[in-house]
Amino acid sequence: MNKRIREPLFHIVKRDAPSLKRIFGVRIAAILLALLLCGIVTMITTGLDPLSVFESIFIGAFGSKRKIWITLQNTAILLLISVALTPAFRMRFWNVGGEGQILVGGLAAAACMICLSDKLPNALVILCMAAGSLLAGALWGFIPAFFKSRWNTNETLSTLMMNYIATQLVAYFTIIWEVPKGSGKIGIINQDSNIGWLPEVFGSKYLLTIIVAIAVTAFIYIYLNYFKHGYEISVVGESDKTARYVGIKVGKAIVRTMLLSGCLCGLVGLLLVGSINHTVTTTIADGQGFTGVLVAWMCKFNPLTMVFASLLIIFMNRGAGEISTNFGLNHSYADIITGIILFFLIGCEFFIRYKIQFRKKTAKEEK
Amino acid sequence: MKADNAAVSIRGVSKSFGSVRANYKVDLDIYKGEILALLGENGSGKTTLMNMLSGIYFPDEGQIYINGTERVIRSPRDSHALGIGMVHQHFKLVDVLSAAENISLGLHEKLNIRETEERIREICEKYGFDIDPKQKVYDMSVSQKQTVEIVKVLYRGADILILDEPTAVLTPQEAEKLFDVLRRMKNDGKAIVIITHKMHEVEEISDRVAVLRAGEYIGSVDTKDMDVEQMTSMMVGHSVSLNIRREEPVGVKPRIEVKGLTVRNDEGILKLQDVSFTANTGEILGVAGISGCGQKELLEAVAGLQPVESGEVTYIRDDGTREPLLGKDPLSISEMGVSMSFVPEDRLGMGLVANMDIADNMMLRTFRRGKGPFTDRKPSKKLAKEVVKKLEIVTPGITTPVRRLSGGNVQKVLVGREIASDPTVLLTAYAVRGLDINSSYTIYNLINEQKEKGVAVIFVGEDLDVLLELSDRIMVLCGGKVSGILDARTADKRLIGRLMTSQGGGESHE
Repeated sequence: MNKRIREPLFHIVKRDAPSLKRIFGVRIAAILLALLLCGIVTMITTGLDPLSVFESIFIGAFGSKRKIWITLQNTAILLLISVALTPAFRMRFWNVGGEGQILVGGLAAAACMICLSDKLPNALVILCMAAGSLLAGALWGFIPAFFKSRWNTNETLSTLMMNYIATQLVAYFTIIWEVPKGSGKIGIINQDSNIGWLPEVFGSKYLLTIIVAIAVTAFIYIYLNYFKHGYEISVVGESDKTARYVGIKVGKAIVRTMLLSGCLCGLVGLLLVGSINHTVTTTIADGQGFTGVLVAWMCKFNPLTMVFASLLIIFMNRGAGEISTNFGLNHSYADIITGIILFFLIGCEFFIRYKIQFRKKTAKEEK
Repeated sequence: MKADNAAVSIRGVSKSFGSVRANYKVDLDIYKGEILALLGENGSGKTTLMNMLSGIYFPDEGQIYINGTERVIRSPRDSHALGIGMVHQHFKLVDVLSAAENISLGLHEKLNIRETEERIREICEKYGFDIDPKQKVYDMSVSQKQTVEIVKVLYRGADILILDEPTAVLTPQEAEKLFDVLRRMKNDGKAIVIITHKMHEVEEISDRVAVLRAGEYIGSVDTKDMDVEQMTSMMVGHSVSLNIRREEPVGVKPRIEVKGLTVRNDEGILKLQDVSFTANTGEILGVAGISGCGQKELLEAVAGLQPVESGEVTYIRDDGTREPLLGKDPLSISEMGVSMSFVPEDRLGMGLVANMDIADNMMLRTFRRGKGPFTDRKPSKKLAKEVVKKLEIVTPGITTPVRRLSGGNVQKVLVGREIASDPTVLLTAYAVRGLDINSSYTIYNLINEQKEKGVAVIFVGEDLDVLLELSDRIMVLCGGKVSGILDARTADKRLIGRLMTSQGGGESHE
């Protein structure tokens, strides 16, 4: 070859339809590489043996029966949130207000527990809580959707702002309901009577959340793929011109979908307050309204793959928590580990969709 | 190996996208001082080949010689440096910048806007362009934007120019102006490649045609040695006859009556003014006019997609009962039992969902059918298979997203779906825009079949020759007004051309 002519060292070529084998292969490789890097980072920064670090991660997530249950429960919550956001996302309605919708759902549940515990029997209180949470979440979803359909406001901004309103509402009611006065906390509600505590299922306090998450995920999967509403959502998401062309009322579809999305977030609030924490704080959603956005995107809005993505994130989170306590590390360590894994998982999508072609020599050798 | 004195010699160039072979061992020479028309069906790899010259794609194999020297084009910048300039189908300009700013964008030289403007004026004078360097792009018409693109490549010193379907967005008059400019550049010794589907333009402007078929180079011939039918045969690989059959309309009865229709768009600009006409069953009503003269608004108003300021649109049933259509959306129109099909101009943005597969796109109009909350996908799959088979749609299968299909096949999917619902009214806007000649004739035949079945067809077109051959009557729009309704069998092309540009709009020929 003439020296003057230099081909670029590599160029990037788009693949058309990557095979399933490739998709999973690349993702698994990405996770393994991420773990390797996590190990190296741990070793360099703390001098610990990476193997024992990995062991700790695993023990942290699955070390005991209780730990397994908590991991599964947390996975269920994250999964529920991601799935709740998905109908809106499929419609290209960027609902980043999951956090607020969860909070108001939780607040409504707590309000029922506090205000109705001496007025109504337990079963009715729980019914009121459920209705209140779902409605509150739905309302928080409805407001931005209504504005969007009426005046075409930017939903990212309005849903985000609704989060702050929700946080401040919870802060306000915390002061009103704080126990004991001056503590700045509501504390465990109805600790003695257990009124409004959601029932245990098969003798396990964790199972309810998990069952609800499975049921909702299955429902949303079917709703999006086989329901007429789901089909409408896909059409509206692609182009509202097409939607109008076939007579879909876009505003109506937006409002309906956000009612559903908000409602499901409210359900998460109900579970967090009624079944898991038995109290409400401004940080009860713990940023998972945003982590859910990430999970939904990572899974390309497919509810089934979200099961694995949420499990992975919670697994790493729990494991990293264990490391920080075992080895006396700061809790930020958990975030670093999660960050590395997410970086690899999202980055690997490039290698699924594109292929890097190196200079021709290799191609000639192949022949 | 390479031809002497060729400005560009492409040798053995191949390019694949995954399993799709866009180009395979293409050899092509482009000479100075000639206009080469690159022909091929939709999806035959013309644009891909030219994109490799302009540095957007990198060939999988093969060599490119520029002025006799082998070169490697890694990026658009390499391509500029070699004097290659490409004007893309979709313009790549920054709206908020002026023409001069757009032109100097990305150049590695000190920005002196006054000097740039001066040089732009020189170029404009030399080749007869008409643009104001200070004008912002958002203020420009489509044709002005295209001019900026062409001046941009000339400014960078290009002497090999590639134009990808430059006339698709131009009126006949603007196209004529563009051709004058191209001839001047040719006489100036530049090498020009033009990709187009309009065969009469090929005959008018090009010196030589080169044909690609399914990514392979078939050959090149001097334009004067060939007629349109021969060129088309070369493109599709078998002989074709290019005749539009036109039967006499049978059982003509009024179906859609439009009276005094006046429409303003979102910005409050008057788009249609007092438009009245009747569309009859078993007849094709052609609509001619310079683009943007209200054709889009007219069809959308009839289809229930466009709010109307005043006027009437009446649907007349077989038994003579009359029902107003205005104020109804597409859903309530179909609930009235009126089967109205509409092939909109914006195929992937309006008529189809680009990311959905063919089967799901078939369901767009019918997904509400059946009781219960679930969709029934069986009929749409069956329909998809039928349409693919009947219209010879080239696709890996019915589960392929329509965005992966080539333009002609996309349009066949859309038209196939729209006529599958046994319409009584068929509205089509620029049904063959961007389609190669073979696909165009398939579409004409489908529309004719509908007419023969007694459908009232409104056909908005841009090619006057086709309108004259296909329609039974032609309505000419000019600035939102009807400037004439003529019998297409006796109408004169020049008269229509005059009506398209006349401002009065008063004369009516029925």
